[in-house]
Amino acid sequence: MSAADFPTLTADMIAARVRDGTTSPADIVRASFARARGVGAGRDQLNIILWSDENAALEEAEVLATQIAGAATGGVLSGVPIAVKDNIATLGLPTTCASKILAGYVSPYEATAVTRLREEGAIIVGKTNCDEFAMGSSTENSAYGPTRNPVDIRRVPGGSSGGSAAAVAAGIVPIALGSETGGSVRQPAAFCGIVGAKPTYGRISRYGLVAFASSLDHISAFARNVDDAALALEVMAGVDPRDSTSVDVPVPSYREQFVSRATVPQPLTGVTIGVPREYFPEQLDAGIRHYCDRALDYLRELGATVRDVSLPHTSLAIPCYYIIAPAEASSNLARFEGVRYGPRAASADGLRGMYEANRSAGFGPEVTRRVLLGTYVLSAGYYDAYYKKAQEVRKLITRDFTNVFADGVDVLFTPTTPTTAFPIGSISDPYEMYLSDIFTATANLAGVPGMSMPIGRADNLPVGGQLLADHFDEPAMFRVAYALEQALGEEAHR
Amino acid sequence: MAVTHDDVRHIAELARLGVSPERLDDLVRELNGILMHMEVLAQVDTGAGEDESPPFDRPPASTPLRADSSGPIPMLLPLESFAPSTRDGFIIVPRLASHDDPIESAP
Repeated sequence: MSAADFPTLTADMIAARVRDGTTSPADIVRASFARARGVGAGRDQLNIILWSDENAALEEAEVLATQIAGAATGGVLSGVPIAVKDNIATLGLPTTCASKILAGYVSPYEATAVTRLREEGAIIVGKTNCDEFAMGSSTENSAYGPTRNPVDIRRVPGGSSGGSAAAVAAGIVPIALGSETGGSVRQPAAFCGIVGAKPTYGRISRYGLVAFASSLDHISAFARNVDDAALALEVMAGVDPRDSTSVDVPVPSYREQFVSRATVPQPLTGVTIGVPREYFPEQLDAGIRHYCDRALDYLRELGATVRDVSLPHTSLAIPCYYIIAPAEASSNLARFEGVRYGPRAASADGLRGMYEANRSAGFGPEVTRRVLLGTYVLSAGYYDAYYKKAQEVRKLITRDFTNVFADGVDVLFTPTTPTTAFPIGSISDPYEMYLSDIFTATANLAGVPGMSMPIGRADNLPVGGQLLADHFDEPAMFRVAYALEQALGEEAHR
Repeated sequence: MAVTHDDVRHIAELARLGVSPERLDDLVRELNGILMHMEVLAQVDTGAGEDESPPFDRPPASTPLRADSSGPIPMLLPLESFAPSTRDGFIIVPRLASHDDPIESAP
């Protein structure tokens, strides 16, 4: 394997080569770190990777090589290097949520999702930059500075999982983990021209994911193609006794269907694609609309029936989300006070003063704003008007999805984002930034699976198409995505 | 329902966040700017009483909430009644052996 080959290899290809002995896990790890150095993934350049330990990763690779040599079959991710967002607990490397308040924190346990990947032979090569505590849509809110989009370094990679998206887009790893609360994987996947997939709420254990808004948080995956994204989700999915919100529903194969349908001329015959009109407003970017229309033409050619549908409460998603998420965050982040985690102020006025000093010094502006907003909407006199009302509206948004899927729609197709990647520093108004999630937050509120895939480039910037499916119907979502990806071919990136 | 300076001071206290006087004006403006967009929810007919979720998934009719007070953390017994020594609200404990002190830990 040459250094030039590595960024073109999918996870599936790497695992096959490692299993048959063509390449060693150590060679793969070295290639991943060499690529990271080559593209400038460090703090002073693209600022993709916050924490890594090449020697520890190489030691793990040697152990894995021994295991594979003595085993009849290797794992489906044998030797695959994976990067993990800095808010997901890993052993050995820090887990800081890109926040000063968790500086130096190394988790004594790892997330179930990470364990499951490692059990299949994956090697964790680094922790990636993100918005502090996953609060943001651009990765500009990190205490360690913004990540730059490898496609155009003047622009943001999206957020909050921008470091993981950039790691995949830059060819450092074929798969990276992110987390979604309002679109933090699908939106950066769209901005970086890669695939990002969020499962049904409860499908992948949240154990080890630092909680931001527990009813909305999902561990999700980035990959360069649909097959690898399906592979990552399939490995991580399944009930976990350590997460009481994980659901005990059998996990079907997400990938088997690709093999059987790859050679069928019209693999989507019998599939109904819904196009919700609320996701195509008049002011939608013309380039994004063009590539969505092209993708829909391909879906028709693939045999799918495409029809207009309505999700009438879509416009309420952002106000609803930005009440519920900060409310839950204000409670979840109460544990960070500089006593159990992170640095402590040198001197403070009593216990309360110490808490205030540690939290004020440790949290950045966006986290502070959301904790205050959440505290406000939960406080006496405002609870019913804001929080309770938002929970009621959330049910209406969920019902919108239930209704269209009950009415015969298999998968919904929409743009992932209202714009392409914007320049770093160009959005200063908090609410304008929140609108980046306008097409993605609905799926988090409803808990349905969703993904973004590249469908073209407008003014040389990636455009993402979003697919949404009914609860636990990830197979339908991946089936449509795979067929569309095969049909688009290289057009997905031009 | 505009947020005032006093509101922000109050919620900052509840959230155990220190807000500097210089930052206060910005926070009032930013929170009002955000909450202005939330007002649309008040106009939505959510059809009270139409809860279709399964019974185990429904919130209780009234959620017990504690008062919005930032006072001292309530304890069953006063700190002094069980702590051997206190200072500034903290309990003073003997130095642990694992806290290296070159003089005391020398063999």
